[in-house]
Amino acid sequence: MYPEYMMESIKKVEETRPGRLEKSKKYGKEVFPHMTDKERGEVLSKFHPDYKEGARKEVRVGPNKGEILTTEISDLLESYSRINPKDFNLDKIDYETDVLVIGAGSAGMASALVAAKNGSNVLIVTKLRLGDSNSMMAEGGIQAADQRDDSPTMHYLDVIGGGHFDNKPELVQALVSDGPESIKWLEELGVIFDKNPDGSMLVKSGGGTSRNRMHSCRDYTGAGICRVLRDEVYNLPDKIKYIEYSPVVELILDDNGQAVGAVIYHLETKQYSIIKAKSIIMSTGGFGRLHIRGFETTNHYGATADGIILGYRVGAKLLFMDSVQYHPTGAVYPEQIVGFLCTEKIRALGAQPVNADGELFVYSMEPRDVEASAFIRECTARKNGITTPSGLCGIWLDSPLIDQIDGQGTIDKNLPGMVRQFGRFDIDIRKYPMLVYPTLHYQNGGIEINDKCETNIPGLYVAGETSGGVHGRNRLMGNSQLDLIVFGRRAGLNASKRANNGVKIGKLSIEHIYDYEKEVADLDINRKKIAPILLPDYIPDHVKQKQITAEYFGTLI
Amino acid sequence: MTENRMMVRVQIMGESFEVPEGSTIIMAMEYAGYQLKRGIGCREGFCGACATVYREKNDYKIKGGLACQTVVTDGMVIAQIPFVPAEKPVYDINELTPDINTIKAIFPTVFRCVACNTCTKACPQDIEVMDYIQALKRGNIERAADLSFDCIRCGLCALRCPAEIVQYNAAILAQRLYGKYLSKKNPQLDKRVKEIEDGKYSEEINELMDMDREKLTETYYSREIKIS
Repeated sequence: MYPEYMMESIKKVEETRPGRLEKSKKYGKEVFPHMTDKERGEVLSKFHPDYKEGARKEVRVGPNKGEILTTEISDLLESYSRINPKDFNLDKIDYETDVLVIGAGSAGMASALVAAKNGSNVLIVTKLRLGDSNSMMAEGGIQAADQRDDSPTMHYLDVIGGGHFDNKPELVQALVSDGPESIKWLEELGVIFDKNPDGSMLVKSGGGTSRNRMHSCRDYTGAGICRVLRDEVYNLPDKIKYIEYSPVVELILDDNGQAVGAVIYHLETKQYSIIKAKSIIMSTGGFGRLHIRGFETTNHYGATADGIILGYRVGAKLLFMDSVQYHPTGAVYPEQIVGFLCTEKIRALGAQPVNADGELFVYSMEPRDVEASAFIRECTARKNGITTPSGLCGIWLDSPLIDQIDGQGTIDKNLPGMVRQFGRFDIDIRKYPMLVYPTLHYQNGGIEINDKCETNIPGLYVAGETSGGVHGRNRLMGNSQLDLIVFGRRAGLNASKRANNGVKIGKLSIEHIYDYEKEVADLDINRKKIAPILLPDYIPDHVKQKQITAEYFGTLI
Repeated sequence: MTENRMMVRVQIMGESFEVPEGSTIIMAMEYAGYQLKRGIGCREGFCGACATVYREKNDYKIKGGLACQTVVTDGMVIAQIPFVPAEKPVYDINELTPDINTIKAIFPTVFRCVACNTCTKACPQDIEVMDYIQALKRGNIERAADLSFDCIRCGLCALRCPAEIVQYNAAILAQRLYGKYLSKKNPQLDKRVKEIEDGKYSEEINELMDMDREKLTETYYSREIKIS
């Protein structure tokens, strides 16, 4: 339950609720005016964490050398390998496959299924278990322009406007054009989408969308999709093999500069193994566990930017790695769930963000970066937020409004995960608002791909959050789930075609590590970093000081 | 975790540690010095990786929960479950019928359910596990899919089941059968897929792709918004 002083503020929220309910009935979702282009620009430049001093810095090594990237990424790229090439005999291959998929979220598993269907043998390697990913945690929905009053064209416009017109057009075209077909593919695999009684899709809007095109599986949309893909992977044991608890620590090139394999490391037995492949799909997800700018995150324990590091070291070019998505509504109270995702679907269903006085201060469905920046402005410059006992600040997301708009039971039916999450800590979101603040959510940029998921490295394909270009510098709600399926399938097909066409593989090599490390060594950095970090490290310092011989993932050497 | 916090004493797999009050089991283990590899996943209650069994002070009962969602109490005794070696039958979803015969063939153990309700009591998601198994026994795939929808496959039900049923694997089969065969379909989706294949929108999209930034910005901000 909320402490007494927060209840005082909640009383104010309750007082303004009837007026806001009236407005929402009268004006639909537009209870507060939309921002103009100029207003968006202003709130972003003043309050978005990406624009804060120190948020970005020049990367001094590798293919994007000289570009200004997110500071934590630049630092991580200026790092040493976990391994020394001289310890490895690449003539001794442990596993050989047509298509190697690195990472087992929805993009990876979708690509594996399509590659297998196209006749390739597939090997999936993943750091934790199959399905352990940000995909599994997505709550709100998946966009696709399948409704009568909608079109892929409108979807295109929303995506590219949401991304501030920086997105790669061919990728947006691919995303929106494959949308409806992707939904169909998922439904044929057995994904259960929310529907109206007549069988039509139950669709909602999302921040920055001009139509209702958010399909959902309650508020377990990511899980609803990912668990089906995983079950299908389990059902194809002859075509798709998988190795768990085995992150890739380096990619292997051949003497023609093609990506032809990977070195994996078993987290428990500590053995390294060599994989040779005709094509490789990188689908390792995002970077929330880097805790950029010190933010809490919605991301999976394994989201440590591994794919970015691995790809960059073999020369893959990055795009938009200067941009970070902070989800507007991360929990800030109670303390056990700080940073956890409070799905955008809560706002899509009609909940409004209000300040400590219960007043509206922003339209509830601006694109995510704009919405998040407005929340930060309310808490900082305007000082209208609510401070928690542990010193965090947040604004109210007035969830009880949902049942008042659409009737009792709407929250239970559409947001069972959220009711459960807060209910575990004695907060009933059907009766009381949720205290929220932006939380580190998504890696907008990544390894640059084209619409076949190819990169500048032959044989290396990228799909999902690890890729860059689809969303520009700001992704809209529900386009990530769509991205995973659209580009996962495209990567699977194209990687499989390449493998089927017979790739000529030359001599295997990881000598590129020497060249890369030489560049890093020339920087004369005081503290040596190793990457990929594989797992975050949450052990407190006073304990660590006593763990004198411990091996950590994610620490400095 | 701040210095002046109240501390509680817990046992992690038999070893005693002092950890901050209010910690979840995951936080407590990390505070104690564990860098976890197994029994940890999304940390938000959506992936089922961190099934845990524990016993509280002065209680003889062994309870189950998710380590990322369960707050430690003073005197709690905790053990992580690293892996559930449950059977996962392999099937081709395209070859199945959405009825009781499929359940009989693939999950015969379902029919051994004695309705003891242990699975429901074990579920950290508060799912009516026994009820969906009973629904499957009757061939009611729709009800089983609906009741089991929020399952995150932590495995606690199967570990406690005296009839050796792997409830969560039966659940995903029920969900897939419902999604694929039984959920009402709407022709609009197929229609749109066909329209896209036929190139109905290609020209419009190409036009947007060719627009300069200024024109695109103008088009975007003047687009008609129709949401409800």
